[in-house]
Amino acid sequence: MTYQFDFSALLPYWPLFLEGVWLTLKLSALATIFGFVVGTLCAVARAEGPRWLKTVVAIYVEMIRNTPLLVQIFLVYFGFASLGLKVTANTAAVAALVVNVGAYTCEIVRAGLESIHKSQLEAAECLGLTRTQTYWHVIVRPAIERVYPALTSQYVLLMLASSITSQISAEELTAVANRIQSDTFRSFETYIVTGVLYIILSFVVRLAFTLFALVIFPRRRKLGTAI
Amino acid sequence: MSLTPVHIEFIATGALWTVGLSAIAFVGGSILGFALALARISPVPFVRRCAGTYIQIVQGTPLLVTLFLFYFGLAVVGFDSLPAIVAAGLGLVIYSSAFLAEIWRGCLESVPKTQWEAAECLALTRWQRMVRVILPQAMRIATAPTVGFLVQIVKNTSLASVVGFVELAQAGKLVNNTIFEPFTVFIVVAAFYFVICYPLSAWSRSLERKLNAGRR
Amino acid sequence: MPAVVSLSNVHKSFGALQVLKGVSFDVAAGEVVAVIGASGSGKSTALRCINALETIDSGEIVVCGHKVHDPELDRRALRRDVGIVFQSYNLFPHLTVAQNIMLAPTCVKDMGKAEARRLAEEVLAKVGLAEKADNYPEQLSGGQQQRVAIARSLAMQPKLMLFDEVTSALDPQLTGEVLRVMEDLARGGMSMILVTHEMAFARKVASKVIFMHQGKVWETGPGAMLANPQTKELAEFLSNDL
Ligand SMILES: Nc1ncnc2c1ncn2[C@@H]1O[C@H](COP(=O)(O)OP(=O)(O)OP(=O)(O)O)[C@@H](O)[C@H]1O
Ligand SMILES: [Mg+2]
Repeated sequence: MTYQFDFSALLPYWPLFLEGVWLTLKLSALATIFGFVVGTLCAVARAEGPRWLKTVVAIYVEMIRNTPLLVQIFLVYFGFASLGLKVTANTAAVAALVVNVGAYTCEIVRAGLESIHKSQLEAAECLGLTRTQTYWHVIVRPAIERVYPALTSQYVLLMLASSITSQISAEELTAVANRIQSDTFRSFETYIVTGVLYIILSFVVRLAFTLFALVIFPRRRKLGTAI
Repeated sequence: MSLTPVHIEFIATGALWTVGLSAIAFVGGSILGFALALARISPVPFVRRCAGTYIQIVQGTPLLVTLFLFYFGLAVVGFDSLPAIVAAGLGLVIYSSAFLAEIWRGCLESVPKTQWEAAECLALTRWQRMVRVILPQAMRIATAPTVGFLVQIVKNTSLASVVGFVELAQAGKLVNNTIFEPFTVFIVVAAFYFVICYPLSAWSRSLERKLNAGRR
Repeated sequence: MPAVVSLSNVHKSFGALQVLKGVSFDVAAGEVVAVIGASGSGKSTALRCINALETIDSGEIVVCGHKVHDPELDRRALRRDVGIVFQSYNLFPHLTVAQNIMLAPTCVKDMGKAEARRLAEEVLAKVGLAEKADNYPEQLSGGQQQRVAIARSLAMQPKLMLFDEVTSALDPQLTGEVLRVMEDLARGGMSMILVTHEMAFARKVASKVIFMHQGKVWETGPGAMLANPQTKELAEFLSNDL
């Protein structure tokens, strides 16, 4: 084996790589935001909703958690088509990621909601807060603060998993890498660079979440401890 | 054209390969992962750091990219006519090892410090202490998350399709290429995955419940 | 004087367990009532019924004009008039002391942030914790947390305060600071019901003492009754308590 590594062949492609990084960030940011909203609503529905809604959410969560993201992506992509809707690969990719990460978020947030002691509810109720006010101020906010580390890990995994959307030719880093390797025939080098970029991305995303926590959780900023 | 029993049978064969590939990934990942978990709690800082770096690199790379790296990397080092299962198997073993190592390190560390000290006071060797005292306790804690991770492995074997290995997802793609009924085909594929994964998830949950009940 | 609280023939059971078996008593405006009794005699349950945290099986409870036994009761209106402090403080861990206090006035009374903040500082000064406004609950001692809990209730300007063994989780030296706050409140004319194990405090502050035994009001009297029990159960309870 006398393979000559040649990373220089990739040099002209660095703007493309950068664009791929940017696209991956954009894709995962969108999926994270919408997935968080969907997941939190599902968690609340599962804790407080009527029976039928609880069942619907439970079925959704189980279906997503027990099937691969790749298949979910195909189903969403072809599902839109079979509904006669013309959507771009990227829209389908975001939709599939949201559906996927929403289910995981639901489970994590639910654990958080369950960890809030009943006496907290009672105290808020005795102060005259409405159910919605209590739910928001005394249950949801501290619950999310408590499960924030788990959510962070989940969303880093989501960023990495967004690479799978390259399979329906969504625009992101892995799709860009696929294109570069077929241009340069430097497959191994291309994926080494891609891997390194993802490792950097996962550090950056984790760091961003840590900094964001300092902004939204003043308690953590001041005390530096988990709730 | 529509889905015929022949197609279903083809997909079912793919499902068997999914199970087989998952088994390879789990067994290989367990052996490597266990070694890594021990390395992560080693008294030697250098060993700890090496294992930690390995885990960070593997966990920071998408499995899809890892699989591409093995696929093209094996060709680079001269094995260019190996069956797809080798690259897929190796990639999944590496992937599983890093995650299993982290899960098990957590379990080992959750055995109370007093247990380690007690074992030390009994003049057990490091090895005896591990095998006789710590492991039995850690394993009890570890079963639920390990079974839970098995579900991740099964689902992630679907990515082996990108290197051309015909497991469940790839079987679905091939069937779809002949009948052009993507939605139907992938619903069937999803159902197969669900049938494999759901019992594992349920088992993991019940193990967790039992463990929590035992602790209370 | 009109009664702030009046219970008549209140019954409450949990499943097969009868906890309150016909409890009746009144609290007049400005009165401080101490409820004592053995563990399990139903003191907490009675207090929780007054605040509609438990629904009663039969009987009547009227609190500041609210018919608590009525299924149509407006709970939020009731809770504007009644403050309650628990044994376990139940402060909100993710909010600062000031935010803990400001939450209800801003949510329930639509008070502006600045005004709520002024109010928080005012009630904190009352419990002697003005300088802790921007600390988090976990940075305070148990006694300080309990005083914050009292301040949090006071901020809603209740007409009646309920205290359920608010000092039993505290060390003796921290107990004193909480009792002093309660004593100040009592002197300020607040109507209060306090479940307590602090006999000396009950004697000193309470205008009326209620001894509960096996789900009933067994004996009622002024603070002095503790020195001179009429029933053998109270005598026994008092001797055990020492
Ligand atoms: N939610 C509940 N469900 C079932 N039983 C309850 C409930 N709350 C209280 N009980 C029971 O009712 C009885 C009276 O309880 P309560 O808390 O009123 O007693 P207490 O006088 O406050 O006692 P302590 O001094 O220990 O606080 C006890 O036997 C208790 O176990
Ligand atoms: Mg009690």
